[in-house]
Amino acid sequence: MRGATHARWAACAVAVALAATACGGGGSSSGSGAGGAVLSSSWGDPQNPLEPANTNEVQGGKVLDMVFRGLKRYDPKTGAAKDMLAEKIDSSDAQNFTITVKSGWKFSNGEAVTAKSFVDAWNYGASLKNNQKNAYFFGYIEGYDKTHPDTGTQTADTLSGLKVTGPQTFTVKLSQKFSTFPDTLGYAAYDPLPQAFFTDHAGWIKKPVGNGPYTIESYTKGSKMSLRKWDAYPGSDKAQNGGVDLKVYTDNNTAYTDLIAGNLDLVDDVPAAQLKNVKSDLQGRYLNTPAGIIQTLAFPYYDSDWNKSGSEKVRKGLSMAINRKQVTETIFQKTRTPATDWTSPVLGTKGGFQDGLCGSGCDYNPTEAKKLVQEGGGLPGGQVKITYNADTGSSKEWVDAVCNSINNALGNDKACVGNPVGTFADFRNQIGQHKMTGPFRAGWQMDYPLIQNFLQPLYYTNASSNDGKWSNKDFDNYVDQANAESDTGKAIGLFQSAEKVVRDNMAAIPLWYQNGSAGWSDRLSSVALNPFSVPVYNEIKVG
Amino acid sequence: MGRYVVRRLLQMIPVFIGATLLIFLMVNVMGDPIAGLCGERQCDPATAAQLKKEFGLDKSVWQQYLTYMGNVFTGDFGTAFNGQKVTDLMATAFPVTIRLTIVAIFFEIVIGITLGVVTGLRRGRPVDTSVLLLTLVVISVPTFVTGLLLQLLLGVEWGWIKPSVSSDATFSELIVPGLVLASVSLAYVTRLTRTSIAENRRSDYVRTAVAKGLPRRRVIIRHLLRNSLIPVVTFIGTDIGALMGGAIVTERIFNIHGVGYQLYQGILRQNTQTVVGFVTVLVLVFLVANLLVDLLYAVLDPRIRYA
Repeated sequence: MRGATHARWAACAVAVALAATACGGGGSSSGSGAGGAVLSSSWGDPQNPLEPANTNEVQGGKVLDMVFRGLKRYDPKTGAAKDMLAEKIDSSDAQNFTITVKSGWKFSNGEAVTAKSFVDAWNYGASLKNNQKNAYFFGYIEGYDKTHPDTGTQTADTLSGLKVTGPQTFTVKLSQKFSTFPDTLGYAAYDPLPQAFFTDHAGWIKKPVGNGPYTIESYTKGSKMSLRKWDAYPGSDKAQNGGVDLKVYTDNNTAYTDLIAGNLDLVDDVPAAQLKNVKSDLQGRYLNTPAGIIQTLAFPYYDSDWNKSGSEKVRKGLSMAINRKQVTETIFQKTRTPATDWTSPVLGTKGGFQDGLCGSGCDYNPTEAKKLVQEGGGLPGGQVKITYNADTGSSKEWVDAVCNSINNALGNDKACVGNPVGTFADFRNQIGQHKMTGPFRAGWQMDYPLIQNFLQPLYYTNASSNDGKWSNKDFDNYVDQANAESDTGKAIGLFQSAEKVVRDNMAAIPLWYQNGSAGWSDRLSSVALNPFSVPVYNEIKVG
Repeated sequence: MGRYVVRRLLQMIPVFIGATLLIFLMVNVMGDPIAGLCGERQCDPATAAQLKKEFGLDKSVWQQYLTYMGNVFTGDFGTAFNGQKVTDLMATAFPVTIRLTIVAIFFEIVIGITLGVVTGLRRGRPVDTSVLLLTLVVISVPTFVTGLLLQLLLGVEWGWIKPSVSSDATFSELIVPGLVLASVSLAYVTRLTRTSIAENRRSDYVRTAVAKGLPRRRVIIRHLLRNSLIPVVTFIGTDIGALMGGAIVTERIFNIHGVGYQLYQGILRQNTQTVVGFVTVLVLVFLVANLLVDLLYAVLDPRIRYA
């Protein structure tokens, strides 16, 4: 089938060169084999090798989502964690868990998925010497401080909290109570790994083998990956198409042009500049749904100017000086929604999202804003500089718009300026070295759809993404209580109490919730985005 | 001649070392590249330290540079952050960019010199004026405008080509991107040739050749053009390097995964190994192209000799 496709493209190229005839994706019935046709989709080059515990960005995550299935899987529509490979996960004390893995599951190389597949994978991910960037996900499991010490060399290669107790069962002992731990297990870092991963690592990296609905047919790093339907996939969410060809694009504008020309089937990142044309270009084949991403402005609490009494009034004043509605409508063409809390609508009210929790602090009110900033002692140094990285997205546009809004509200055209940093790496670097002197762009894409994930990593004392080093005893207490609470409803209530502490101190200014967008060709149907703004590839129908 | 080449090759060594050192320092000034690897969060300190050790970033810049240069001489250009060898990246990127450059140079030579000769011989005529006007337009419009316009017209509106180049990047797919890449240089080549031809047309040797009764074709090609090509060859020679390194914009528009793409990604991710490796090779290309240009002078004009 691949040879045939190849020849077809070659024929197209020749035809184009000689006769200058059109050769778009119109000739649709490619790949007439079992399982239907293959679709092509835009992709970005993954930053890290495609190991589950080493993939922390969307592009690599996209592939893992097709090639792997974990204990749990987040429902593409509701985001709720549902059992996938997990038969059951039991715990009596929110600290010791017994996990039973469904039998009958296999990796695409024929190896059975057992309890050992999980335990080995988790031990690999938690081991310092393997340089896995998601290692901290295993930080709750007992023995992590031995396999992944903060300094020095590791004294153990395996987590003492993990024990295989039978072919399909294993136990997990956490170092602290964490009632929602089972719901985090849908994250890619917890995926099982076949033995081939450990015995022939280099070979596995070249062509990863997993237990998901697709197998990788070929992978040319940096340019293309061909995934094909795995016919023997034992799960209920079998692929509805013959496969997916992921093509790397450097510029999402080119991908969009290719889509319009019929050269590509699916684009999952419609460039901001094209948003006004998208309706007429695609005639409704366009999707714009909420994703688990919130943009905020964080503050440097290590800077005494931002951490004195009264500065919460300044922060609240700044928040009220931002006309979120106007910015999201004019700059983002409604692909962002003004934020009214610190989580995301994809959680749903049951999951802890509370519309309007922020209250008046997030409403645009120039007079009140001006008053609050004055009461709080004015802007430190007479001016705020919003630091952002200028290399991705449309950060410059919105930062300028936010500053404009602040300047207008405060009646001072020097009150706010943008402070661009050339690259993302340098931006992260300056944040890491505590060089921020004012608010800075902080985006958070959830790892798993739990309210805990929107609060603890960002605002808990010394948490991994608490870039501003905000610290509050009340907040920490609420989070600790919530994690120890085995009743999910009560736990969520406690998390919301913690969120109210964030609100009362305006620890970070919530800006807007980000939507995921996708556009597709007329060959496709049933296109949807999951809460992580990744297309649900296995449900897409071609033809 | 041989001694001249050897001398030039020896001169390349300090230029090479200086250029790589500068690039190395510039990339290093941008700061710690590990910070960008962990998304919107702090890399956990243990993993960050481990990664730094692996990439040799825990040493001083001088030590890093010396180790790097030592490795380069054994053919090891290091490893990119995604675990790929930089030599592997080069092996995939350079053939694509070389093909693109060949297409571009081909257009420069064929269209540029032809137009130059035609206009040079017909100075002041309508052909000359219109070509001059056209080149002026091409020079003043930025490459990305030409590129996007052609992509939209030929790729989307008329459907003559595919708007993006596939990962194979065959010659036939590279015709339009090559033309876009060559456009500005092409205009310069036209103008250079035109001026040079117009100047030499009245020189003594041309008059002699005409007086001898040689056919017009022979006068123009063997006598006039050959002598007029020296500035053009200089320009095209230096342009080879510029085209290979400067294709970033064109490669981005047409989604070509060549040198420009790798450099762009390397810079965004502050990947010292990739950036320095690719730039080092580009520096070598520049140096060799310059040497070849100088040697070509002697071929074109026997009066020039190297000792």
